Amino acid sequence: MNINIIGFIKAAILNGAPIMFGTSGEILTEKSGNMNLGVEGLMYMGGAFGLIAAFLYGNTMGSSANGFVCILIALVSSFVAGVLGALIFSFLTITLRANQNVTGLALTIFGTAVGQFACEYLRVQQGSYISVSTELKNAFINPVMPEFLQNIPFIGELLFQYNIFVYLGFVIVIAMHLFMNYSKKGLYLRSVGESPAVADAAGIDVEKYKYLATLIGGGISAIGGMVSIMTLSGCVWSKEGLAGTGWISVALVIFCLWKPLNSVWGSILFGGLLIAYIRLPLPFLPAQIYKIVPYIVTIIVLILVSIRQKRENQPPASLGIPYFREDR
Amino acid sequence: MTAINHREKTPLIRISKRENMSIAGMLAVRIGAFVLAIVLGGLIFACLGTNPIEAYMQMINGSLGKASGIRQVVKIAVPLLTVALALAPCFKMKYWNIGAEGQITIGAICCSYFALYWYDKLPSFVLLIVMAIAAILGGGIWALIPALFKSRYNTNETLFTLMMNYIAIGIAAWLCGGPWEGKPGSQIIPMFNEKAVLPKIGGVHIGWIFALIFVVVMFIYMNYTKQGYEIAVLGESENTARYAGMNVSRIVLRTVFISGALSGFAGYMVASGTDMTLFSNVANNVGFTAITVCWLSQLNPFVMVIISALIAILSRGSSVLQTQLSIPSTISSIITGIILLCLLGCEFFINYEVSFRKKGEN
Amino acid sequence: MENTVHAIEFRNISKHFGSVIANNHVNLYVDHGVVMAILGENGSGKTSLMNMVAGIYYPDEGEIFVEGEKVTIKTPKDAFNYGVGMIHQHFKLIEVFTAAQNIVLGLEDEKMDMKLIASKVKDIASKYGFDIDPNKKIYDMSVSEKQTVEIIKVLYRGVDILILDEPTAVLTPQETEKLFNVLRSMREQGKTVIIITHKLNEVMEISDVVAVMRKGEHIKTVRTKETNPDALTEMMVGHQVTLDIERKTPVDIKPRITVADLSVRDNEGNFKLKDVGFIAYGGEILGIAGIAGSGQKELLESIAGLRRVATGSIIYSPEGRSTSNLVGKTPLEIREAGVAMAFVPEDRLGMGLVGGMGMTDNMMLRTWRSNKGMFVDRKEPKELAEVILNDLEVKTPSVEYPVRKLSGGNVQKVLVGREIASNPSVLMSAYAVRGLDINTSYTIYNLLSDQKDKGVAVIFVGEDLDVLLQLCDRIMVLNEGRVAGIVDARVASKEEIGLLMTKNMEEGVH
Repeated sequence: MNINIIGFIKAAILNGAPIMFGTSGEILTEKSGNMNLGVEGLMYMGGAFGLIAAFLYGNTMGSSANGFVCILIALVSSFVAGVLGALIFSFLTITLRANQNVTGLALTIFGTAVGQFACEYLRVQQGSYISVSTELKNAFINPVMPEFLQNIPFIGELLFQYNIFVYLGFVIVIAMHLFMNYSKKGLYLRSVGESPAVADAAGIDVEKYKYLATLIGGGISAIGGMVSIMTLSGCVWSKEGLAGTGWISVALVIFCLWKPLNSVWGSILFGGLLIAYIRLPLPFLPAQIYKIVPYIVTIIVLILVSIRQKRENQPPASLGIPYFREDR
Repeated sequence: MTAINHREKTPLIRISKRENMSIAGMLAVRIGAFVLAIVLGGLIFACLGTNPIEAYMQMINGSLGKASGIRQVVKIAVPLLTVALALAPCFKMKYWNIGAEGQITIGAICCSYFALYWYDKLPSFVLLIVMAIAAILGGGIWALIPALFKSRYNTNETLFTLMMNYIAIGIAAWLCGGPWEGKPGSQIIPMFNEKAVLPKIGGVHIGWIFALIFVVVMFIYMNYTKQGYEIAVLGESENTARYAGMNVSRIVLRTVFISGALSGFAGYMVASGTDMTLFSNVANNVGFTAITVCWLSQLNPFVMVIISALIAILSRGSSVLQTQLSIPSTISSIITGIILLCLLGCEFFINYEVSFRKKGEN
Repeated sequence: MENTVHAIEFRNISKHFGSVIANNHVNLYVDHGVVMAILGENGSGKTSLMNMVAGIYYPDEGEIFVEGEKVTIKTPKDAFNYGVGMIHQHFKLIEVFTAAQNIVLGLEDEKMDMKLIASKVKDIASKYGFDIDPNKKIYDMSVSEKQTVEIIKVLYRGVDILILDEPTAVLTPQETEKLFNVLRSMREQGKTVIIITHKLNEVMEISDVVAVMRKGEHIKTVRTKETNPDALTEMMVGHQVTLDIERKTPVDIKPRITVADLSVRDNEGNFKLKDVGFIAYGGEILGIAGIAGSGQKELLESIAGLRRVATGSIIYSPEGRSTSNLVGKTPLEIREAGVAMAFVPEDRLGMGLVGGMGMTDNMMLRTWRSNKGMFVDRKEPKELAEVILNDLEVKTPSVEYPVRKLSGGNVQKVLVGREIASNPSVLMSAYAVRGLDINTSYTIYNLLSDQKDKGVAVIFVGEDLDVLLQLCDRIMVLNEGRVAGIVDARVASKEEIGLLMTKNMEEGVH
């Protein structure tokens, strides 16, 4: 039973990793006062272009393909795809001051379609499923920590047997925490999200901060899509595998109270919920019904957060509101 | 940046608020944005090595060139239009209902129950009415759940309604593969008895007549009724609504119920009129696309007819592309997305004035 | 004179917002080491002019010179670099940050050493005679503390030219005096101070020179010593005006609203009103004074049925009918109980009116339920809208034109006009003249006085103590949600009210 529980926690962390990227990216975005509901679309784009880049690299290099290089290429491609998607959102909402809710939804429609289209199109062109070789696949899913750490009983298994992306996620989250709370730029970013008019009057370049936070945040979220495809779906395009991850990530931001560190355990919790139907099957619960549990839990979380409202736990005060300096 | 001496030029681009743009001007900007979107879509075709004009011509031919194509377009447009109409009062109230997808699904599930298990007990006409009522109640009540929490605790309805979509689709998937499954292992529900299928008029199920009736009814409801007035006031300011003695939570619940009910009815039209069975993806993204239709029409029911027809043409046309040019039909969603993004962006040029630095000025 | 270098000079500055001209070819200069008052009515363009040197707006036309040099100020940061800092009427502070965090916000060269910053802040504070806790969060601060943070923020950046926009609007007379002392000590240390105001007595008290603006234009700059309030008023308004309100002695007054032991809590459970008791009589104007946020809003909203009351009673006594308790009733129930209550709330477009609708649809806010059937009747509201448009001279293209796009004065005319049209027996108004020009303000005062003469119980929440003392019959002072005292407006002094507004309610005796 013990082993089972550790196995479950491990699986929860692995399955939570995409959400961790999605949520922490969106936290960065929302801290600037932008509410990007397009995370689902960004993750599709990140997943599709991460996969396609890895596939093209593997195809070109053949047997001399290097796993680490492949990971880097997939990372960069998904990040860039996310940045480009977020650029559409930023340009429309920051420069053109469009409604953030609708723009985010439009980005979701656009992004999911682009991701789906790109993979389908390439499949038709190639005449087969796009995937990568077993060696490259292993580079994505194998543990990266040194053997001796992995071999520490219990702790090694619990902490050191994950693929590279889990640790990358932790690094990003911690870096974001330090940035927001202890750096001057972080203070500026928060001020932009709280009140762009104030930040502007203080001489902070509001548009620059909004753009940078939204672009980088979008890039980070999109990496989550790639992580999902490459580590959970076996390097094959899977619309079903991705569907909903982006939305859960957005909902989790509220759950995390806009604090990056909270996204660690938040994503582990939801990673666990997402695979519970496989790992902890309950005889009385059909798998299809079990699969909707994470969404029900998300709803419960939304309700609980809305019932217990505290001063410190509020969203950035200007979240979702466009800013125009000459507004009177 | 302490250098006081360096002279800077006046900003290159300056933006200021604009007050009154003529209707012709607004139309011109929007048409310009639409044309831009079509050009951008054409660029995608060009990148794929297809002649854009040829691709667009194929799409138009495939959708409007033949009677069968037109029938398909109408079939796609009917649920889209109905759901867009359903969303209009919610959006007017600034209640971000993005749960139409789930409300459609629940509507379809509820009517399917009667189609599958009551067809032999009721005459066709009664059966169809019972199915409609079931879909209306199902969709409405499903939509009420997040609204209740919104009015009680101000729970974020955007994400709540969205999560409800996944739950509804999950329930439908479970029914398809479980209790309502036809042949064991098929994961499919058997076809409805013909008594439970909507009659046809002009080659398409009768739903298109309903949809056109809804257009007029919704227009009158939103503009000339007390309830429509309440929705408009509440959408602008909750405090004003309370000040005017309106019962805010009752208005929210009533409006959301109407919205969910209409979406549920759309689910009934799809299940009974188009699919003639229940699929787990009965909603097929209509709930999301309808949001764009609704927003692009600026909540005007008559404009919704045009926009939903346009998107239906795109959608039908792209499935022709898939068969003839082996371009995945998802292209229609991409073009829809581009159109929406362009039209969202163009509002800026209606609300703001952009001026450039004059030559010689510094 | 030609060669003198001015601290700031505006040459031929114009600025428009849509079709509204905020500034029209303004030429104006300010000299070093003086306190200059910019005097003008609301909407005369004084704030927008100053916003252009502070980097908030950018002029459409014209040139700005600082220290004799032509400058381009695109952002507030540019302004700081030229030594210009502005304290806006609506404080530009981040509520969830501390004072010190707010002060260093945007300073590129500053290290994030909060201890060092705090000590520098304290130095500045003691130099000019302020009192401040650098580590206090803004949301825990009083209005005057927030203003102190704003001023230190500007001084921290080493500015030489300080602009203050209506700085005394939210201060008590005592706090105003303190602020003026600080401004004087700044002038002694060689700084240039510009104070935007529409209050004549302040101009006379603090300024060395005064520039008068009217309808976006600079009328004249004069030495304060060489002018007087009447001359200034005439320049400001453009014609001679008598600034007196006709105040009749109330006759035959009867209790209309009796509030007893009223307590109201906010969502977090803190008392917003505590044991408030008073009587509002028909035929008199009861003024309500107090620092912003002392419970004025909560009091009116409780009476209107818009707020949940914790304890206490609000008894309504109509003429010739039995009394009723309004506590626990919704606005609709209050109206259905036959209580003719009119309410002009502080937030005009956010509560009293619907900004996106025209006059007609806004009239319907009071009557939309009155006809039978499910359809709305727009005929009567339209007639009423046209009556108000003519009687109160509302400037609007049509009764269907969105009221949001009207000027502040016209918006308020629509709101007050509608409320009075309902033939109320109680009329409550909150900050009814905020942001209005003098003529419209006096239109509103007269409308309220007329209602009083008709026997209506008028409750007037105000912020300008001079107006309260001139308009009202009695003034109740709220202080931290409690009644600090009720005084006779005919004999009370401003200082007396100021003391009541700020006395410590925990220790003080009623």
